[in-house]
Amino acid sequence: MFKIVEKRKLADNIYEMKIAAERVAQAALPGQFVIVRADEGGERVPLTIADYDAERGTVTIVTQTIGHSTKKICALEEGDSLADFAGPLGRPSEFVHMSDEELKKRKYLFVAGGVGTAPVYPQVKWLKNHGVDCDVIIGAKTKGMLIYIDEMSKVGNVHIATDDGSEGYKGMVTGLMKELVEGEGRKYDECVCIGPMIMMKFVCLTTKEWNMLTTVSLNALMVDGTGMCGACRVTVGGKTLFTCVDGPEFNGHEVDFDEAMRRQAMYKNQERLDNDNREHKCNCYGK
Amino acid sequence: MANKIPRVPVREQDPVVRATNFEEVCYGYNAEEAALEATRCLNCKNPRCVAACPVNIRIPDFIHHITEGDLRAAADTIHVDSSLPSICGRVCPQESQCEGSCVLGIKGEPVAIGKLERFVGDWALEHSNEAEAPKIEPNGKRVAIVGSGPAGLACASDLAKMGYQVDVFEALHRLGGVLSYGIPEFRLPKERVVAREINEVKKLGVRFETDVIIGRTMTIDSLLDKEGYDAVFVGSGAGLPRFMGIEGENLNGVLSANEFLTRVNLMGAWDPKHSDTPVYVGRKVVVVGGGNVAMDAVRTAKRLGAEAVIVYRRGEAELPARKEEVHHAKEEGIEFRMLTNPTRILGSEDGWVTGINCVEMELGEPDASGRRSPQEKAGSDFTIDCDVVIMALGTSPNPLIASTTSGLNINRRGCIEADEVGTTSRAGVFAGGDAVTGAATVILAMGAGRKAAKAIDEYVRSK
Repeated sequence: MFKIVEKRKLADNIYEMKIAAERVAQAALPGQFVIVRADEGGERVPLTIADYDAERGTVTIVTQTIGHSTKKICALEEGDSLADFAGPLGRPSEFVHMSDEELKKRKYLFVAGGVGTAPVYPQVKWLKNHGVDCDVIIGAKTKGMLIYIDEMSKVGNVHIATDDGSEGYKGMVTGLMKELVEGEGRKYDECVCIGPMIMMKFVCLTTKEWNMLTTVSLNALMVDGTGMCGACRVTVGGKTLFTCVDGPEFNGHEVDFDEAMRRQAMYKNQERLDNDNREHKCNCYGK
Repeated sequence: MANKIPRVPVREQDPVVRATNFEEVCYGYNAEEAALEATRCLNCKNPRCVAACPVNIRIPDFIHHITEGDLRAAADTIHVDSSLPSICGRVCPQESQCEGSCVLGIKGEPVAIGKLERFVGDWALEHSNEAEAPKIEPNGKRVAIVGSGPAGLACASDLAKMGYQVDVFEALHRLGGVLSYGIPEFRLPKERVVAREINEVKKLGVRFETDVIIGRTMTIDSLLDKEGYDAVFVGSGAGLPRFMGIEGENLNGVLSANEFLTRVNLMGAWDPKHSDTPVYVGRKVVVVGGGNVAMDAVRTAKRLGAEAVIVYRRGEAELPARKEEVHHAKEEGIEFRMLTNPTRILGSEDGWVTGINCVEMELGEPDASGRRSPQEKAGSDFTIDCDVVIMALGTSPNPLIASTTSGLNINRRGCIEADEVGTTSRAGVFAGGDAVTGAATVILAMGAGRKAAKAIDEYVRSK
């Protein structure tokens, strides 16, 4: 069992939890994820790591309530425990293997969308600690859905975009990217984009025009998360790869996003059925 | 003198009924049936069954104890060579091992060695509390074991009996490896058999920890250098599922047998009241492959309500699955399309499987390995309509441990290089089971775990 030592609400339906998981906290690196199970009978849910504290032995996760399993996780409170918390899984971000010398020469543009802002944070923080200042675009539908603005501002240069213009730039993150790159003439060696699949797809289409290397982090469906089931397979550069062991980060210009989005929706119908069944209170025999 | 009666039939669940539930197919022998079947053994002077057993269980000896009604002695005899009789009695391919070389099998039916082993194993589990608790003197040495499948369990149990403090690290949330995630309940009951076998290992003082992925949560290097273990045994199992590389394999509705079976067995998707994990079978499922995993997948799909078909590129005689599983599958109404090879998976506009294109095959001349290799029959294309395609084509090794352990060599196929007793290229690291051989059997993994336990003991003593 893994205790929830802190919980706070970041936005509607988005919660941050700090989990006591000493070994995971000591091994975690930017770019990796964990598999979480709320209780016996719970699904194995892959969640990206939002932060980790090796000394305190805690790992931070940020969860948005989307389906039955994420609702179950978010319903737990401080002091409660998760049945399982396994990780860190996946390969760390490429830059953790680079020397400080190499890193100093590189300019990064991070593009974070919605709950995808959380896994961008440890990357920007890691680079900051290695002497690299990064530009970070954070996008959301509206002001109230923005998360991690304060945290991110401490480690990177934050630029905000909201669809409705309630905060920062009005429009999509791709519009703000164009302002920085084409408008202000900023140069980047690499763009790292984490967010909804559809956003990553359009960010990649934009950076492709600039021939800018772009790394994306895919949130594919998984069962075990350790390379055993193959549920998370994705086509990258014409080859089938497993998100859990080959990723989760890939060269975004090579990812087949349309296939990835279709595969992500594989159990949608069933999940909805399940939810309906659970929420439907049958009165047939109640009288 | 041996009794010249025919092989005592074993009671099984009715095929029509069992094809709709997950209860165990075979009820096994009761005491009378076992005692009667045991009288058939000729107690050969030169027992070929023992030589044909991968771990050389003293088969005539334990059977003889059954005829005498001394089941404790029968259990003790098996335990000298095997740690998991309840499991191996159920899942070993007896027809190509012990029973396949039984003298009685030449003219008639071999002794039901597997069913007798299972009977003795189950008896021992049921009566384990009456057995004397083993007195073990701790030797102060510690061994870490990676994976709680058959290889790890066998290795852990032997080392614990020698006085080692053994810690087993399991990546998943449940213990047992393939016994839990792979082999279905109807063939290997989880609570009644697997959990109890593991409990026997726990009684020896072995500690188990789930949710630890060696290679990620901790590395083998850190187990040896930082955590201070005297040796490590790697029994991490097979790994990444293979696909065919044909068009349409990433359509929705195409999955590996590993994924399908993990959803159903490990995650409990067969029982939606108690599990949040979904599984989809649609109306008709095609399973590609002919091994035990293919049989498990196709019979599971049938139990979940789908029409279920096996597609295999060689002939029935070449099916690598246990004969009993093929027989049971047929009884349950599974359709077998032999000498059939998929060429393309067809999908709807929105990306869901609608069918699978196949060609008929014929067996050509024997190749270098002596097996007749299948060749396509020209112009024999046809389509099987289906909603789900499950690929049961074996696995290739998971690179996680090899890539994070310094000085650990892997072979051409990506498996960990190890000798007969599990010694690897890295001092203090031993390996066995599927991680070394590629996908094989429970008994081979169990045997490898036991050999490695001996080698580990010698290594630690000589340090």
